[in-house]
Amino acid sequence: MRRLVGATVAIHLIAALTLTLSGCGAEPSSGRDLSAFDSDYQQVLMEALLDAKPGDVIEVPAGRFLIERSLDLRASGVTIRGAGMNQSILSFARQRQGAEGLLVSGADDFTLEHLAIEDTKGDAVKITDGTNIIVRNVRVEWTNGPDTKNGAYGIYPVQVTNVLVENSVAIGASDAGIYVGQSDQIVVRDNRAAYNVAGIEIENSNNADVYRNIATNNTGGILVFNMPNLPRPGAHTRVFDNDVFANNTPNFGHPGTPVASVRAGSGVVVNSNDHVEIFGNRFQNNQTANVIISSLYSANFSDESATPDFDPYPEAIHIHGNHYEGGGNSPDGDELKQLRVALFGETGRLPDVLFDGYVDRAKFVNGAQPDALRICVTDAEVLNADAPNGYASPRVEGEAHACELPPLSPVKLPLG
Amino acid sequence: MTKYIRRVSPLPCILLGLALAALACEPSARPPGPTFHEAANPETLADWGQLSVQGDRLVLAPGVMPYDLNTALFSDYALKLRTVWLPPDADPARYDAREPFAFPVGAVITKTFYYPRAGGESFERVARTRAPLAHFAGRTRHSLSLSKVRLIETRVLVHRAGGWEGLPYIWDDAQQSATLQRTGGFVELELVDETGAARALDYLVPSVNQCAGCHVTDKRAGGIRPIGTAARHLNRSFNDYDHADGSANQLEAWSNASLLVGAPAAVDAPRAPAWRGETALTGSALEAAARAYLDINCAHCHSRHGPADTSGLFLEPWEPAGPNLGICKPPIAAGRGTGGRRFSIVPGDAAASILVHRMASEEPDTMMPELGRATADREAVQLITNWINTLPGSCD
Repeated sequence: MRRLVGATVAIHLIAALTLTLSGCGAEPSSGRDLSAFDSDYQQVLMEALLDAKPGDVIEVPAGRFLIERSLDLRASGVTIRGAGMNQSILSFARQRQGAEGLLVSGADDFTLEHLAIEDTKGDAVKITDGTNIIVRNVRVEWTNGPDTKNGAYGIYPVQVTNVLVENSVAIGASDAGIYVGQSDQIVVRDNRAAYNVAGIEIENSNNADVYRNIATNNTGGILVFNMPNLPRPGAHTRVFDNDVFANNTPNFGHPGTPVASVRAGSGVVVNSNDHVEIFGNRFQNNQTANVIISSLYSANFSDESATPDFDPYPEAIHIHGNHYEGGGNSPDGDELKQLRVALFGETGRLPDVLFDGYVDRAKFVNGAQPDALRICVTDAEVLNADAPNGYASPRVEGEAHACELPPLSPVKLPLG
Repeated sequence: MTKYIRRVSPLPCILLGLALAALACEPSARPPGPTFHEAANPETLADWGQLSVQGDRLVLAPGVMPYDLNTALFSDYALKLRTVWLPPDADPARYDAREPFAFPVGAVITKTFYYPRAGGESFERVARTRAPLAHFAGRTRHSLSLSKVRLIETRVLVHRAGGWEGLPYIWDDAQQSATLQRTGGFVELELVDETGAARALDYLVPSVNQCAGCHVTDKRAGGIRPIGTAARHLNRSFNDYDHADGSANQLEAWSNASLLVGAPAAVDAPRAPAWRGETALTGSALEAAARAYLDINCAHCHSRHGPADTSGLFLEPWEPAGPNLGICKPPIAAGRGTGGRRFSIVPGDAAASILVHRMASEEPDTMMPELGRATADREAVQLITNWINTLPGSCD
C-alpha cells in the first residue's frame, strides 16, 4: 500500500489510515514531550495560508500543534494571530521538509502575533520582500537550549521596509534570535533575546531603532553588522535604553558564519557599520567587553572575499550616556586574555569599550580622520587593541575618542 | 476560448474510483481536447486535456508539444515529461536570447514527474536513473508506457490574465487519474540504484505556494513564471528524435508549429551544454557543464533579482568570476549550512567549499536547493567537486 500525505479529503483519509509519524527520518530534538501535540491541524493551517486574501485574519487556536513541513504565505494584507505566545504553540520538532518554519515572501502588510514557533530545523520565521511588517508577542524557541544543531535565525525579516518587532522572545538560535537584514525603517523594541549566539542583530540595514530590549545570556547581546557582497550596505542604527547583561554563553555558531567570530562576553558589537549611536543602555558583566567596535578585517575575511566597493571600516560611531557595571574581566580569545593581564594585571578588567583599531587612512584629511567619521566615546574608556599590527601596541585611548556626533534621527514607522 | 464545466464532484468520483474501476469516474470516454481554464482550477488533470490515459499509455493530445531541456533541474532523479500548448487563437511566444520566452495568456505548460519501475511486486520501488524520458515513445504518437513507469505528479503552469499560476496534481495508484492537491504532500518511495541498493525517499510534491519558491524568479516583477523555456535550455533536439515536421531542433519545431516567433536559426541561438550525469569531463567542457548545472538548478533564486539575492551569491551563467559567484565569498545567513566552512567556493578545494557541502547534504536546513529534492544528486556533486578542484587561486 502506497502511503501518501495529501490535501484532498479522500486521499487525506487514506493517509490517515497509513501515515505513521515514525520512520520519516526526523530526530526530535525538543526539550518537550510531544506526545500530546496534535498532528491534524497542520493541514488546516496550510490550506488557510493558501487561501489567504488581503484582510484575512488566520486565527491559530490555543493548543499544541506539530507541523512537519514549512508553512508558506504569499498573500498581502494577512494577519496570523494566535491565542498567546504560551497558548498557541507550533512545534517543528518533527519537521521533515523546509529550510524554515514559516516563510512569508512578497507579502506586504503582514502581521504575526500571539503565538510560539518551536524547534524548527532551520530559521523559525523568515519574512522577505515586503513592506509594513509587524511581529509582536511572538516566541521563537529551540527548547533544548543553546545547541549548534539549532536553526540559525529566530525572527528573520530580510529585505523588508517598515518593520516592527516588539514584545517578542527569542531563545536558542544558533545564529541570531532576532535578525533584521538588508532592510529599511526598522523598530525592534521590548523584546527579550536569550541563549542565542547573537541576541539581536541588525545587518546591512538602514534606519533602525533598537530599544527597551533585554539581551542576556547570548554570546553577543546586540550586533550591528555590515557584510560584503550584498545588494546594500547598512548605516544609521540607534541602540538605546536596552538592558544588555551577562552575554557570556560560549559561541555555538557555525564556523564560517558572521556570528561565529563573535567573542563570548560581548555586549553590543558594531562591525564594519557606520552611523551608529549607542546611548542610555545598561551594561553589566559582559566578560569580553560591554561594547566592541570592529572591522570585518578582524573576522572571517580575505582580500578575495569582497567586491571592491565594500567599506569594512566602522565609522561615525557615537557612544554616550550608558551605564556600565562589571565586564571585561574574562575576555574570550588568547590575545585578549594576554592583553588584559599585560595591561591591567591578573585581577584587572578591560575597559568598557573595545576597538580593534582598524582605521581607513585613505579617508584622512590633513593626516587625521575627519571628525564626521570618528568613533566618539564620552562615557567610558576605550581600549584600542591594535589588531592591524597583530596586537603589538594595545593602548587605552582617551583624547582620540573625545568627541561628539550629531544625534541620529528617530525612526518613525507608519504602522499601528 | 472554451471553458470546461465540471459535472462530477471530485469526492464521490475518487471514492467511486477506489471502489470500482477508475474509468467510471470519467464523464465521457473521450478525453476533452486541450483546454485553457481562465479562472477555475479543475480537480483532475484530465480536465486540462493536455494528457490522457489511453489503455496502457499516457498520451499527449494533438497540438500539445513535448519538449526537453539540455541540462535539467534535479528532482530526486525523477524523469520529466514536459509539454507546452497554446490556444489556437493565441499569439506565439516571443523569443528572447536570455530570458524565458514571453508566452501569451492561455499558455499551458505541464511537467509530469515519473520514475521507471524497479521491478518486483512493490509499487514503491522505483529506479534511480538519469536516462532522459525512459519509456517515452516519440515521433508520431507521443506517449509514455504506463506499465513501465510510476507516475508521481503532474504540475500545470497556466498563464492567466493575472499572471502565471502553478497547480500540482498527484497521480493515483491505478495511474488513471491525477487529482489537484494544492497543499502538495509526501509520496513515500524506495529509490533503487543500478547496483540494486535501495533507499527510502520522501518525495515532496510542493504546495501551490511552494511553486512560487522557485518560480518567482524576478522579485521586481513579482509573480511566477516558467524557468526552463529559455533559448539556451531548449536549443536541442527532442529526446533525440526528429520532430514530426522533420526539424531536428526544438526551437525550429516550435517556430514551425507557431508556438514561437522571433527565433533565429538554431545555430545562432545560445545553447547550454547537455549534461546528463557525466562525471569524467575536463577542461572547458567541465567548466561549461558545471555552470550549466548551477544555472538551471540554482540561478532561478541565486540571481541579482531573485529571491536568494539576500545571500549575495549569484550563479547565472553570465556572472563573472568573483565573490558574487562564490569565489572566496563568506556566507551571510547560511547557519548550519556552512558545515564549518568559511567560503562558498575555495578554488582548488571542493571539500572546503560550502557550495559542495550544501549540494551533498540531505538535511532540510543545510541542503541546497532548499526545495524540490530530498536526496543528493551524486553525479552533480562530483561534477561541481571536479570543477572547483580545477579552479586556480586561493582564499588566503
